[in-house]
Amino acid sequence: MLQFMLLFSRQGKLRLQKWYVAHPDKQKKKITRELLAILLARKPKMCSFLEWKDLKIVYKRYASLYFCCAIDQNDNELLTLEIIHRYVELLDKYFGSVCELDIIFNFEKAYFILDELLLGGEIQETSKKNVLKAIAAQDLLQEDDAVEIALKELGLV
Amino acid sequence: MPAVRGDGMRGLAVFISDIRNCKSKEAEIKRINKELANIRSKFRGDKTLDGYQKKKYVCKLLFIFLLGHDIDFGHMEAVNLLSSNKYSEKQIGYLFISVLISANNELMKLIIQSIKNDLSSRNPIHVNLALQCIANIGSREMAETFGSEIPKLLVSGDTIDVVKQSAALCLLRLLRTLSDIIPSGEWTSRIVHLLNDQHMGVVTSAVNLIDALVKKNPDEYKGCISLAVSRLSRIVTASYTDLQDYTYYFVPAPWLSMKLLRLLQNYPPPEDPGVRGRLIECLETILNKAQEPPKSKKVQHSNAKNAVLFEAISLIIHMDSEPNLLVRACNQLGQFLQHRETNLRYLALESMCLLATSEFSHEAVKKHQETVVTALKTERDVSVRQRAVDLLYAMCDKTNAEEIVGEMLNYLETADYSIREEMVMKVAILAEKYASDYTWYVDVILNLIRIAGDYVSEEVWYRVIQIVINREDVQGYAAKTVFESLQAPACHENMVKVAGYILGEFGNLIAGDQRSSPFVQFNLLHSKYHLCAAQTRALLLTTYVKFVNLFPEIRVDIQNILKSNSNVRNSEVELQQRSMEYLQLSQIASSDVLATVLEEMPPFPERESSILAILKKKKPGMSEGVTGPLKENKHPAAVINNTGVSYTKNSENAPSLAVSADLLGISSSLHQPTINSAPPASSNNTSTNLLVDVFGETTSPTAGGAKSAIGDGIIVKNEESLKKFICKHNGILFENDLLQIGIKSEYRQNLCQMGLFYGNKTNFQFLSFTPSISSPNNLSTKLNIQVKPVDTVVEAGAQVHQILNVECIEDFTDLPLLTIQFIYCNVQQKLTLRLPLTINKFSEPTVMNSESFFTRWKNLNNPTQEAQKIFKATYPMDSEAVKAKLIGFGIQLLTGIDPNPENYVCAGIIHTRTLQVGCLIRLEPNTQAQMYRLTIRSSKDTVSKELCKLLHELF
Repeated sequence: MLQFMLLFSRQGKLRLQKWYVAHPDKQKKKITRELLAILLARKPKMCSFLEWKDLKIVYKRYASLYFCCAIDQNDNELLTLEIIHRYVELLDKYFGSVCELDIIFNFEKAYFILDELLLGGEIQETSKKNVLKAIAAQDLLQEDDAVEIALKELGLV
Repeated sequence: MPAVRGDGMRGLAVFISDIRNCKSKEAEIKRINKELANIRSKFRGDKTLDGYQKKKYVCKLLFIFLLGHDIDFGHMEAVNLLSSNKYSEKQIGYLFISVLISANNELMKLIIQSIKNDLSSRNPIHVNLALQCIANIGSREMAETFGSEIPKLLVSGDTIDVVKQSAALCLLRLLRTLSDIIPSGEWTSRIVHLLNDQHMGVVTSAVNLIDALVKKNPDEYKGCISLAVSRLSRIVTASYTDLQDYTYYFVPAPWLSMKLLRLLQNYPPPEDPGVRGRLIECLETILNKAQEPPKSKKVQHSNAKNAVLFEAISLIIHMDSEPNLLVRACNQLGQFLQHRETNLRYLALESMCLLATSEFSHEAVKKHQETVVTALKTERDVSVRQRAVDLLYAMCDKTNAEEIVGEMLNYLETADYSIREEMVMKVAILAEKYASDYTWYVDVILNLIRIAGDYVSEEVWYRVIQIVINREDVQGYAAKTVFESLQAPACHENMVKVAGYILGEFGNLIAGDQRSSPFVQFNLLHSKYHLCAAQTRALLLTTYVKFVNLFPEIRVDIQNILKSNSNVRNSEVELQQRSMEYLQLSQIASSDVLATVLEEMPPFPERESSILAILKKKKPGMSEGVTGPLKENKHPAAVINNTGVSYTKNSENAPSLAVSADLLGISSSLHQPTINSAPPASSNNTSTNLLVDVFGETTSPTAGGAKSAIGDGIIVKNEESLKKFICKHNGILFENDLLQIGIKSEYRQNLCQMGLFYGNKTNFQFLSFTPSISSPNNLSTKLNIQVKPVDTVVEAGAQVHQILNVECIEDFTDLPLLTIQFIYCNVQQKLTLRLPLTINKFSEPTVMNSESFFTRWKNLNNPTQEAQKIFKATYPMDSEAVKAKLIGFGIQLLTGIDPNPENYVCAGIIHTRTLQVGCLIRLEPNTQAQMYRLTIRSSKDTVSKELCKLLHELF
């Protein structure tokens, strides 16, 4: 299973973190710090996999963002790489050519999309269409809420 | 600011912009503190906030937290949001909780209540939100509350697909938290049949859950094998258009295929010939597809396709029954070894390590040796080179050992610092394991020291010395070679240590040559002396005093060195003491005494190479395959039997054991130099003191740790197996579904070496595996137990070996406790067992005639010296069985002593450090009444009592 996923920028700023195994905050910070240092030092053409402690790290860089997953020893590296890619595709489709700023300003959306793709560290839905459908349904409910609030403000409800 | 969909929170976006515009860290912190103060006052204020505002502030807090700041308020407001009737507010509430609230938060009760409400909502989106929250937090309390609800949701016909998907993974998460919520019985077949579900997303989620259930209970879930095979077969034969959106870059359902292949790796090859045939067809199809031209140039296509291929190869290796498939897999990986994608080369090297361990494909893997060597030399990424080292190690056997070791030595000169130490150990292990000619082995190790001396750990050079000492045929060569190595202008300190030790033992073998005459040897060694650290100097001092014995002609030269101010007044106590004592020894002792005291070291007891243990510790994740080939050969050939050594005298006995406790006994914590016998400066009991030092130092932490260990552990009732161990040394101490513990012990007088074998019976790793020994009551003052640490990771199916060295100081009645803690599937396990270390284990059988038996019996006439029990027989009163038990108990069965031939008479001596206690035993059976009378007399009342208690339970 996936142990955690980290998104961070080339400058080493953490943009998103998702932990599928509970750790104390201190530990999370330590892990993040160590991995950022290791991955940022690696050169572009290098292998996307490396061993780290008793985990395997799978990472890929998309533009200015690094996506990094930690998986168990017997997990499949290549498909973890493709989970990352599928996530990027979903973000891209949702935001329309996603950039780092989209994730910064809409971090909650990034989490919601991730929760539809992965749950409890395992892949839940691989179909892009189905994930987007679920997110669209959420948005619809949100918009209903927004309309209601707007109407309330105008004194119409 | 980019456009936001759904319902944007303007205030949040403004705040994020502000943070981004901060020019410095200080400005950022200032802005955040301002915001925190604002939110705090809003939350505290009298005016009730509406849902939207609460949501906005909670979201801001979340953002601040994600920036890396601590958040200590707002939790309650987030929990309030959960019960909002607005989805957007609820969703943010759940997000905050998932990210920020830990499992033991005091608000958990409220959260669980909200989740309960949402689970029963008619809106599936709300249900999913609740399921996702459970899956994200997965606390024990949640497992207890929802463990029985979620399976119902999962298999109900009314549940829609998306909810089923979340429910499956939610249940998996809870299962990992609390393994006893496993749904069984009626649920089993319904869950297994999810593999047949129409909806691919449901199958994909469910297969994760089923894999976990299978691991816990393979038999009950056996039905999944045929379903998984037919599902897999449908996928691999599908065209990429069949599966619509579940086709990923022209590869049909790669995730599901991979998971199914992984699921099948929990079982041996299917027994049903139809299922088996179908599975083999699938595997062949996957291998065939790998040869087809790619349908897309995109890397995603090749990744997904190859991911399935690698998983299929894993299954082929796991089945290990289809030579044809294994060889095809090997050829396929061979192609990848030269692929332009670094990732594929990496994975091919990794996968091949496993193939190398199968007898069917080992030879096929060896064909790629040259490519792998090239990879080692030319790969630009150290993590790939590391894989190449692993593979070379795995493919090594007798036929290619010299070549592979040669290549590794070559590479070592320029190897990355990060992998040097590991390579050194691997080379050392291979050289030892495959040496047919031990001169080659010696050359390799000395080369290691020459090339990478800094990375040669103590284990490595200890080992070469053990082997040279145990193998007579290589001693002369070793002496000659180390002598030559010392002549090099720059010489690593580890080389000085090895040379010092070997010349001290076998320098005489090359002394005939004028070029390496005693004086030359001595001068050469001493020329390095002042450049070395204290520990090495201490070792060299021992070499010198050994020279006094080997080469009397240079005695005076050595004495001059020993009494030089720099030694006798050295600030290091150890050096001072050695110089003083050795000097005395060389001046006072006669040549006979010298020859005895400074005799050649006896062969080391047979033992496994400790390098292997270190290597495993260093790489906890090291795949089974890499260690695999080494496991077959538990006792490397180099260690010769030690039957020739006899431990006749006490004084000899002690130091040799001390040596085995500390390998070569040169650690400076030893205040007594380790030579064959006690130095004359101390009295005869130095040997015991020496032993105390070795044991005493290491026992204290164990004893300290004991206090905390006792009390909170659950003591497993292993009385039955304990009883069995009273009269035997080896066997299985404990076994459950996860773990098996075996014991193998050897006793010599008051000393015991006990080997504990922990076997992982599961398909999962044990993590943080820590066995510890504790002594209840004041047992630690009576038994000295020294424990060797073990690997904290126990691979699935692997066995870990731990050695305990025990010294009995005085007689005892309590048993030491063994506490084992480990994490299995994220669940902490702990159990405490009593170790079968009973006082009779330190008993030595004593032969005596009737007369002396009765004289002694009468002498032990103090009532407290006798212990007697009359008891009913629990086992059949078979005389052969009784005799076997008495002998197993460690006492001598004496015949022809008692006038009544039915009675059993025995004698033994219990050895403790402080005392030897003679014991006389008489067991009188009464077959008619099915009773026994057991009488024990010994010179110590507590011993009589304890022996009586132990012994009477056996009959």
